[in-house]
Parts: sequence; C-alpha cells; structure tokens
Amino acid sequence: MIKFESVTKRYPDGTVAVDGLSLTAPSGQITVLVGPSGCGKTTSLRMINRMIEPTEGRIWLDDQDTAKVDAATLRRGIGYVIQHAGLFPHRTIADNIATVPLLIGWDRKKARARSLELMERVGLPASFAGRYPAQLSGGQQQRVGVARALAADPPVMLMDEPFSAVDPVVRADLQDEFLRLQGELGKTIVFVTHDIDEAVKLGDQVAVLKVGGTLGQLAPPAELLTNPVDDFVAGFVGRDRGYRALGFEPAPAVDVREEATVRLGADATGVRGAATDGWVLAVDDARHPIGWVRAAAVTDGQVVSPELLHRGGTTAPAGGTLRQVLDAALSSPSGRGVLVDDDGAVLGTVTATEVVSRIEHRLGERREATT
Amino acid sequence: MIDFLRNRPEDVIAWTWAHIWLSVLPVVIGLAIALPIGWLAARFRWTYPPLTNLAGLLYTIPSLALFVLMPAFIGTKILSPVNVVVALTIYTVALLVRVVADGLNAVPADVRAAATAIGYTGFQRFLRVELPIAVPVITAGLRVAAVSNVSLVSVAALIGVAQLGSLFTEGFQRDVMGVVLLGILLCLALALVLDATILLISRWLTPWRRAVAAR
Repeated sequence: MIKFESVTKRYPDGTVAVDGLSLTAPSGQITVLVGPSGCGKTTSLRMINRMIEPTEGRIWLDDQDTAKVDAATLRRGIGYVIQHAGLFPHRTIADNIATVPLLIGWDRKKARARSLELMERVGLPASFAGRYPAQLSGGQQQRVGVARALAADPPVMLMDEPFSAVDPVVRADLQDEFLRLQGELGKTIVFVTHDIDEAVKLGDQVAVLKVGGTLGQLAPPAELLTNPVDDFVAGFVGRDRGYRALGFEPAPAVDVREEATVRLGADATGVRGAATDGWVLAVDDARHPIGWVRAAAVTDGQVVSPELLHRGGTTAPAGGTLRQVLDAALSSPSGRGVLVDDDGAVLGTVTATEVVSRIEHRLGERREATT
Repeated sequence: MIDFLRNRPEDVIAWTWAHIWLSVLPVVIGLAIALPIGWLAARFRWTYPPLTNLAGLLYTIPSLALFVLMPAFIGTKILSPVNVVVALTIYTVALLVRVVADGLNAVPADVRAAATAIGYTGFQRFLRVELPIAVPVITAGLRVAAVSNVSLVSVAALIGVAQLGSLFTEGFQRDVMGVVLLGILLCLALALVLDATILLISRWLTPWRRAVAAR
C-alpha cells in the first residue's frame, strides 16, 4: 500500500506542482494517476521513490515513512518504468535486466538466469539476451524496461507513461500483456498517463488530477465514466462516456440465435438455403467466422470465394462486455452481431435491438435500486 | 636521412622512446585530472562556464613559455623532462575538461533518470552508466590531445630535452634537411600510431556502438 498524506510540492520559485494530495494506492492493485500536463502526476510518482522530495506531507510505503529510508535503498525495492524505457545503451538486454539483482548482491549466474526467465515472461525471445537496446524496436525496448523493473521482484512498481511512445497497435498489445502479467504477479502499481482511455482500461482505480496538482476524483473506472464529480472530471473523461461505460458491464447471458453458416466453396443453392434476410455467415473448418456473404452476390454456378466476403463485422466473446456485444451487432453488415466461444468458434448472433433492450433493462433496474 | 639512421640508430631509437612517453604520460595523467573536474562541471551546471573557460585559457599559453617558466613554479631543473610532462598535462587537462563535461552531459536524461530510479548512488551512476556512455566522446578528445602532444613535445628540443624534436634542431644547425624530414616522418608515424591505439581501445570499450551500426 502506498499512502499520500497531504503531500505538497512547492518549488523555490513558488510554483506548486502538487497541492495537498491525499490518496491511497491499495496493495496488489493498479492505481492510475491521469490528468492534463501540469497536473503534477509525474511529480507525484517521483515523490514516491524520492527522486523528488515533497515539501510538505508524508508518503507511506506500507507502514514505513519513505522520508526515513535511505533513498538508494528505497529505490532498489521499487520497480520503475519510464516512457522511453531508459535502457542502458552500453549494456546487453540480459545485463540491463540484471541491473538491480547485481546491485543488491546476487551472483552473476543467478542474475543471468533471472534475466532469461523475465525475458520469456515479457515475451522476448532468448536470442535477444546478447543484443543491445538500439537493436530493438520501441515496443521491444519497453518490454525490456518492464522486465528490468521486475527483476528483483519488488512488491511496488511505478510506471511513468510507459506505453505512450509506441504506436497504437503495439500499445494495445503491451497494455493487454501488462494486464495479463499483473494478473499473475499482483504488484502494487502506480501508473501515470495523460491518456484517459489507457487509464480506464488499466486502472483498478483512477485518480484524475487537475492542473495545479489537486485531486479531482478518485474512483474505479466505471464510476468515473458514469458519475464524474464535477465539470472538470466530466470534460476530461470526455465524449462517448455512456458508450465507453458499457465496456465495464459484463454481457448478460444474451439469448443467441442459431446462425446457419456456409464454408468457402458452397454453391448458390447452399447459400440461399442458409441465408437469413439475404445474408449468410461464412466460417472456416474450425467454425471461426471469416466474413458475411450477400446471398444475391452468389449467382447460379458460382461458389463462395474469399472475394465475396464482407469482413467489416467485429465479433464478441460470449463472456465479454456489453460494449463488445453491441459493437459486434452495430458493425455487422447483416445487422446480426456474431458471438464466439473461448476458442473463437461461432456460438450464434444477436441484433443491436436485442442488445439495447438488454442495456435499457439493466439501467432501469439500477434506477429503481437507487430511488 | 638514411645516413643519419645508419650512423646513429641508437639516438633515433632513444629519442623515439622519449618522445612516446613524453607524449603519452601527460595524456594519462591529464585524463585522470580532467575526469573529476569534468564531472564537477557536468554535475553542477553553474561551475561549467568558469571551469571550461579557465581550461580554455590555459591552452592559450605558448608552449615554449610554459616549458621555460615551469622550473620557477615547481622547482625542477631547467633541463628536467618533468617540466615537459607537467606542461603537457596542463594542455591535456585544458582540452579534456570540456570534452568530459560535454560527454557526461550528453547522456540521455531518461537513461540518467532510470539509473537513479533503479537505486544507483551518484558515484555508482557516474562509474557504471554515465562514464561508459561518454567513452566515445572522451576518447575522441583523447585522440586530439595525444596527437597535439606529439607535436608539442618536439618544441621541448629547444630547451634541451632530447626526443624526436632533437632531429629538427640538429638538422637545422647542420643544415641537413634530410634529418629534419626524418623527424617529421617519425613524428607523423608516432601520431598515427597513438591515434590508432586510442581508437582501438575506444572500440574495445564500446562494443555496443558497433552493434548499433550493424543493425
């Protein structure tokens, strides 16, 4: 647990970066600090490992007052990941990861084994061990950064915009893997970002900070989206709040409609027989959906070929969120959203009307519960 | 030129050795002195202008004047080679202070922040992270210092310290241009060898730079 107790950072020129901040980051959870530039989020983060010293207030690490611990010792027990990874360019990947273990006195062999173990854990091939950081892509470097922070197995991790310098596709991958990793490790994490979508995706709780370093709101993501406390938070959380909040609603057991399917190579008769409202779903041998086919496009003598597939529709896992299910329905060319099981095989379809009525039903229940 | 080599080979060899250590020793001592001063200039920004300007100023003192004045400052004999070593050390320090400071300052801020966050103390960070990363910049400065020392050492022949510069004075006095040419060629060769040696040491210390180039 990390606890800020009315922490203020005032610089000699009078600038106040953080103003009376009090919040608790619970053990084993991800607390995201989010806000516009100048809100003091990085300053707050750096005060935890005393790279910046608070002017007033205290920061507790479990029952220890951080101000009373030797700074270097404190830092060796806290993993730290920064924006551009900050890898040591003169050390190999394995040596970069082994930095803290060697610093706290592990022998070389053990540190080396730990490096290799962590490389595998963050999804880097063992062949990278002898490479230098400049030989890796930005996303790969960031994985090394995470591995380096985890090396001595610190209970606490501080992350300062670790994924913001990579392209959106890589970023989404890194975020997903980070969540998977956290599921296994259960670290106490404070994560700084300026990206509210990232905050909402990763945080168990999100602290929205305002310019001048005051706390706007501290809440779990779903609550932040549905119930922002003031105009600033509402504005910062942004548009599409209603739709995005659905991302935190597990999909109810929707009654899926059986959907007749065809395979590539099916002839016109087969397509007409399986089609509903002029559209039929094509699947591969493992029953994974591969696209929708317009029945009228398959004339006599023709068969279903890859060129005839409409691939616009997304799919939703059966155990997914309302947002995924609704998106599957809205994006489907046939108007029927495809639900798949854990292996990605087709379970059936739902329409947007059905999903929306589910949503209304649930919101209605909630309104009654609160009045 | 050939006659001289044939007649007095032991002189040429002795002068070459003298020239080598008179050039190299000041580089080694100068680096040892410039490292802490350069670190100071990089670590405390306000010390950078005075320290680097002072160093630059030292370099403007004419070498002959420094050789001649040295006994008055450090109490050595006028013919002592120590005068040359001390004077050239001063020039090396003058050259290297700025180089070391700039090399350390060029370490990326995120690398430095990561080193601090990981739990390196200030001195460990300097030794394990900042200095190794500054090696290419510092060795580039060392190459300039070594080569310029080779040429400055020869001036010391005028105050009677024997080394390859003695070929210039002797050739000039006896009006044999071949001997002067021999001196020039040997100095040139020596400068090239020293330069190449430092370059090789630099490469050996920085395998990571070639790995980057190979990408």
